[in-house]
Amino acid sequence: MAETIPAGSTTDGAIQVGQPTDARVGAIASYDVADFPVPHGREEEWRFTPLERLRGLHDGTAKATGGLRVDVSAPEGVTVETVDRTDPRVGKAGKPVDRVAAQAYSSFEKASVVSVAKETVLTEPVRISVHGEGGTAFGHQVVEVGAFAEAVVVIDHTGDATLAANVEFLVGDGAKLTVVSIQDWDDTAVHAGQHTALVGRDATFKSVVVTFGGTLVRLHPRVIYGAPGGEAELYGLYFTDNGQHQEHRLFIDHDTPHCRSNVAYKGALQGKDAHAVWIGDVLIRAAAEGTDTYELNRNLVLTDGARVDSVPNLEIETGEIVGAGHASATGRFEDEQLFYLMARGIPADEARRLVVRGFFAELVQQIGLPELEERLIAKIEAELEASVA
Amino acid sequence: MATLEIHDLHVSVEAEGGPREILRGVDLTVKQGETHAIMGPNGSGKSTLAYSLAGHPKYQVTGGTVTLDGEDVLAMSVDERARAGVFLAMQYPVEVPGVSVSNFLRTSATAIRGEAPKLRTWVKEVKEAMERLSIDPSFAERNVNEGFSGGEKKRHEILQLELLKPRIAILDETDSGLDVDALRVVSEGVNRVRESGEVGTLLITHYTRILRYIKPDHVHVFAAGRIAESGGPELADKLEEEGYEAYVKGGSTSE
Repeated sequence: MAETIPAGSTTDGAIQVGQPTDARVGAIASYDVADFPVPHGREEEWRFTPLERLRGLHDGTAKATGGLRVDVSAPEGVTVETVDRTDPRVGKAGKPVDRVAAQAYSSFEKASVVSVAKETVLTEPVRISVHGEGGTAFGHQVVEVGAFAEAVVVIDHTGDATLAANVEFLVGDGAKLTVVSIQDWDDTAVHAGQHTALVGRDATFKSVVVTFGGTLVRLHPRVIYGAPGGEAELYGLYFTDNGQHQEHRLFIDHDTPHCRSNVAYKGALQGKDAHAVWIGDVLIRAAAEGTDTYELNRNLVLTDGARVDSVPNLEIETGEIVGAGHASATGRFEDEQLFYLMARGIPADEARRLVVRGFFAELVQQIGLPELEERLIAKIEAELEASVA
Repeated sequence: MATLEIHDLHVSVEAEGGPREILRGVDLTVKQGETHAIMGPNGSGKSTLAYSLAGHPKYQVTGGTVTLDGEDVLAMSVDERARAGVFLAMQYPVEVPGVSVSNFLRTSATAIRGEAPKLRTWVKEVKEAMERLSIDPSFAERNVNEGFSGGEKKRHEILQLELLKPRIAILDETDSGLDVDALRVVSEGVNRVRESGEVGTLLITHYTRILRYIKPDHVHVFAAGRIAESGGPELADKLEEEGYEAYVKGGSTSE
């Protein structure tokens, strides 16, 4: 049994529906960029992306110029290495699934590997700072967490860059890894790439993807389970402004029994030509009995002229599951909420702030990292000031 | 003394095939200290009256006047009306995810009172008001109306009524969907506010049941977008026995 449940919403009247059944199963995955044709923009996986703004990352014309500073600050118990592409950990989590990710894989010079030894429980996060200084770069990062180890890794992207980069997460048996990737780029940056997690037996992987900046950001968070009992939580938060294109394309591949996944992405949009794209693909293969999965995407459109494409897609090949569900909704800042708050004497601007803070607060609470919570709330406040002003 | 005067109010909504008139000339005066029950069959326009007075943008006022102590209510924005003392307890209160009840109540009280209530007295005030309405203290940390049962939503509306102390309280089918216990608790809340003598109450209801707990001074039968008959409490007794049939004959309602 294969089932595709199309759903989606946009703000401009058009309704986007799910991909054709098994779109991903037959899709190309390869380490070699030459295996991918140059996209022309009408392909399913490229149809929302303005190719002309990728600065040649998709067609081979982008050349590395350097100008990207990467600093890793790691507490005791963490090993930081720079390795060649022949290192067995490189490419272990999975293959690139689109041409830009493959281009990054084919073009990077050295990979960075951050590893946490087995049974090591970190009390401080590992911080990876990626700062662009205006150049073009291809990157590869591996984060490996040994069996029963626990770690939090924060990857911070700032400055201006044209960057294609892949990040791999190798989560050992019984390990717990939380990764926060913050795209706090200048509004001129272009950033595309793939985040692939290979989740071990009874391991827990939590991903928090936060996108505020960039003129174009296109990320593929992907989860693959290496053994039963794995759990993945994927949270995302974006605030898409004037002229920004922010695209998050998730894929959870349930090919192993008794694994869980929970996805919650929320975005606010404001300003002319703000465009957010969320693709949530979940595939429950025939072998993945006992799967429990839920995915949710919510968008809040604050002004006219912004556009959202939200496409959840759930394919189920076995009936022997615990649960599977999805929800997607795009609302304008709701008139009924505004009315209710104003009917209690609260002026419109203040009501708007209250609601947007509220819209994100729930997700921020779920993320469960107090230090990050404060930073996110402050950033949302700053974005809102720009919106309300 | 606060007086709400509604004169020849006409209200339309946008519908397929153009605007549809729902209120067709409503005349009503509500004075501070008085309680008016507006009763009528479904579709007679009772709720439209409530929402129009609060200023919901869906309802277009096409004629007539509404004043509060001579001030033009129709010229005010929704929040201005609330700050002027008009309160609408809604039939279907809206969920506001992520905004906690305590944050909402304080923001609202600050707006209505014109200054932030002093934290210590405020906490006590809210706690006592919640106790009187048998609202669990954990409510304060829940999101506004999110996952509330029907009864919880109504109690939360009356909690706001007690805290915001309006001059004119409009209760839109506050009794609908309540079991007897909840109805009694909610009615007691409304009566506490009425006993202050400082509020004029407009009680909109389909059923006579709530009138056993909240005694109106005046009863109006609403039909086909206007007040069809007015009287004292005895009119409610008549409706209890005879229903609305006499008022809906001729298919004059919008249903």
